[in-house]
Amino acid sequence: MNQIIALVVKEFIALFKDKRARFVVIVPPLIQLLVFGYAASFDLNRVTYAVFDRDGGPAARALLAHFEGSPTFELRYRIRRQDEIAALIDAGEVLLVLQIDPDFDGDLLGRHGEAPAKLQVIIDGRNSNTAQVAQEYVNRVVADFNRHWIAAQGLGRSPPELAVRAWYNPNLESRWFFVSGLVGLLTLVVAMMVTAMSVAREREQGTFDQLLVTPLHPAQILIGKAMPGLLIGVFEASLVVLAAVVWFGVPLVGSLAVLYTGMLLFLLAAVGAGLMISSLALTMQQALLGTFLFMVPAAILSGFSTPIANMPEPVQWLTLANPLRYYLIIVRGVFLEGAGFSVLLHQMWPLALIALLSLSAATWLFRHRMD
Amino acid sequence: MRAQASHRRLLGLLRKEWLQVLRDPSSIAIAFVLPVGLLLLFGYGVSLDARNLRIGLVIEQPSAEASDLVSGFRQSVYFEPRFFDSRQAARSALAQHAIDGFIVLPADFARRLQAADEVPAQAIVNGVDANSARLLSAYVQGVWSTWLQRELATRSSGPSEPVAAETRIWFNPELRSRNYLVPGLLVVNMTLVGALLTALVMAREWERGTLEALLVTPVTLREILLGKLLPYFALGMGGMALSVLMALTLFQVPLRGSFWVLVACSMLFLLAALGMGLLISIVTRNQFVAGMIALVTTFLPAFLLSGFLFDINSMPVVVQAITHLIAARYFVAILQTLFLAGDVWSLILPNAAALAIMAILFLGLSRRLLRKRLE
Repeated sequence: MNQIIALVVKEFIALFKDKRARFVVIVPPLIQLLVFGYAASFDLNRVTYAVFDRDGGPAARALLAHFEGSPTFELRYRIRRQDEIAALIDAGEVLLVLQIDPDFDGDLLGRHGEAPAKLQVIIDGRNSNTAQVAQEYVNRVVADFNRHWIAAQGLGRSPPELAVRAWYNPNLESRWFFVSGLVGLLTLVVAMMVTAMSVAREREQGTFDQLLVTPLHPAQILIGKAMPGLLIGVFEASLVVLAAVVWFGVPLVGSLAVLYTGMLLFLLAAVGAGLMISSLALTMQQALLGTFLFMVPAAILSGFSTPIANMPEPVQWLTLANPLRYYLIIVRGVFLEGAGFSVLLHQMWPLALIALLSLSAATWLFRHRMD
Repeated sequence: MRAQASHRRLLGLLRKEWLQVLRDPSSIAIAFVLPVGLLLLFGYGVSLDARNLRIGLVIEQPSAEASDLVSGFRQSVYFEPRFFDSRQAARSALAQHAIDGFIVLPADFARRLQAADEVPAQAIVNGVDANSARLLSAYVQGVWSTWLQRELATRSSGPSEPVAAETRIWFNPELRSRNYLVPGLLVVNMTLVGALLTALVMAREWERGTLEALLVTPVTLREILLGKLLPYFALGMGGMALSVLMALTLFQVPLRGSFWVLVACSMLFLLAALGMGLLISIVTRNQFVAGMIALVTTFLPAFLLSGFLFDINSMPVVVQAITHLIAARYFVAILQTLFLAGDVWSLILPNAAALAIMAILFLGLSRRLLRKRLE
C-alpha cells in the first residue's frame, strides 16, 4: 500500500513538475467550458432577414410588423428589386428573405374560405439545420399572426391546436443539453491526456526500465499510473459540474451519488483506454496520436452533438463500445431528468464492463511489453 | 554562388525531413489515414436528419378522427409509432428512453375538436436534446396540420389559415444535413492534420536536443523553417485532395464552385494550420504541452466555434469575437459556399484574405520566436 502511495506521489510529481503542464491540465478545460458553453447551441438568437414587399398594403405591413416585433428576427434590408435577393443570400448578409407578392392584400381581405394568402420565404440552406430552425421560427410568427388576424377580423374561432410540451427542458434550451454534455467530454479529454502520456513518457526518457527493476508488481505500477488520471478526472469533473450549475444555471435534478457512481465508472473506462494506448506507444508522439484516434471518434460518435439514432445501423453498433455514449446519458439523465440508479443501470453496467476489459488489456499489454 | 549554396542546403534539409517523415510512419498516418478514416466515420456518423422517430400514441377511446390521425403518423417517413394503453405506460417509456415523445388523444377527443377554446390533444416530447425535440415537435405539428386540413375540408366548416408561409430553401432544397456537414468535417480534419503534423515536430527536436545540433551547421533559420514546412505541406495537401475526392464521390456532395478556387483556399488554410502547429511547438518546446495545446486550440474550436455545426451569429458577442481568431471559421465559410453555392466572391475574398493574414502572422511569429529562443 505504501509502495503504491509512493508511486502515485511520484506520478503526480512527474506530471506537475513542469509549471506549464500543470497549467495545461487545469485551466484550458475550464476556459473551454465557458467558451463552448456559450457557443454550443442550435438555438438561433438572431435571424437576420430582408424584406421584399411588392404589395405594400396594410395587411402585408401588419404581417411584417409581427416579424419586426419578434426579438429573434433582425431586419437588415428592405429590397426593391428581385435580383437583390440572390446577392444578399449568396453573400450571407441575411439568413432569409421574406417576399410578399403584389396580390397579397387582395387575397387576404377578399377571401371567402379559399386558399390562404402566400408569404414567400427564401432561406439560405448552406447550413441545413439552421435553415430548418429558421423555417420553424417563421412558421411560428405566421401562426401567431393568423391567430391575431382571425380574432381581429371576427372570422370565428381558430383551428384546433395540438399542444406540445417538452419535459425536462420546457423551453428547449439547447445550452442545457450541451453544457451537461461538456461535463463528459472535458472529463474524457483530461483523463485520457494524463494517462496516455504517462507510460510513453517514461519509455521515451528511458526511466521505464528503471521502474521495472524495482520490486514493484506490474499491477502496482499500473495502479500508480492510473491514479493521477482518476483523481484529476474527478477533480476536473467536479469543477465542471459546479460551473454548469452555478454559472450556466443548468438544473441538477437528480442525486450526486448517481452522478459520481457514473463518473467513477466512466473514468475507470477512460483511464483504462488511456493506459492501453500508453502501453502500446513507444514514443510520446505515438501516444498522442493514439489519444486523438480514440478521442475524436469517441466525441463525435457519442451523441454529444448529433443523436446516435440518426446514424446508420453499423455505426450505431460501433457506438456501443464508446464509454462516452453511456456517460452522456447518465450525466444528462441525472442533471435534467433526475434519473436514478434503476433507470441508469443499463448505462452503468456497460461502462463497468468496458472499464474491466480495458484495464485488464492494459495490464496484459504491460506485462507483455516487459517480457 | 551563395544562392546556389543556400539552395543546396535547403534541398539537403528537405531530404532529411523527408527521410524522417518516411521513417516514422506516424506522419504519413496523420496525413492520409487520419483524414480518410475520420471522414468515413463522421460522414456516416454525424447526421441531423431525424428518421424513425419513436413516438408513443395513447388513444383513450377509438374514434374515426383518431384513426385518421394515427394513419397520418403511420404514413410519415419520420415516425415509428408505438401504442400505449395509458398515459402512465407512455410516461414510463419516455423516462426509460424507449420513446422520444408521446401524444395523448383523450376519451372526449371528438367532442373537444368541435368545442371552442379547448385544446383537443396534447403531445409530450423529451426535451433533453433540445434540437431533436424541436424537430420532433415540428414533425408532429406537420402531421397534425395535414390531418386538420383534410378534416376541415371534409367537414367544410371553420376557417383555414389566413396566411401560409411557402418556403424555398436555397442551395440544399432537400435539407440533407450531410451536404453541409461534410465540407465542415473536411475543415475539422485538416485542422487536426495540420496542427498535429507540425506541433510535435519542433517540440521533439527541442526535447532531443537535435535542434541545437542543426543550428551549428551553416543552415539559416529560414531554411530550417522551410525544411520543416514544405514536406508537411505536401503531405497535408495530399490528405486534402483525398478528402475532397471522398466528399464528391462517396458522399455525393455537389461542388458548385470552381476547383482551382478550392485548391487555392486549401493552400492558404493549410499554411495557417501548419504555422499554428509550428508556433505551438516553438513556444512550448515540450511534446506533452504541445500536444495538449494543439488539442485545446485546434480540434475542439474547429468543431464548436467554426460555424461548422453551430450558428456563429447566435453566439454571445464575446464568443463571436473569439471565433475570429480561429482559422477554421474562415475555411468553413469558404467551403460551405464553394461546395453548395458557387464562386461567391463577396464571401470568398474576405475570408481568404483572413486566412492569408493568419498564415503570415503564424509563420512570421514562429520565425521571430525561434530566433529569440536561440539568442
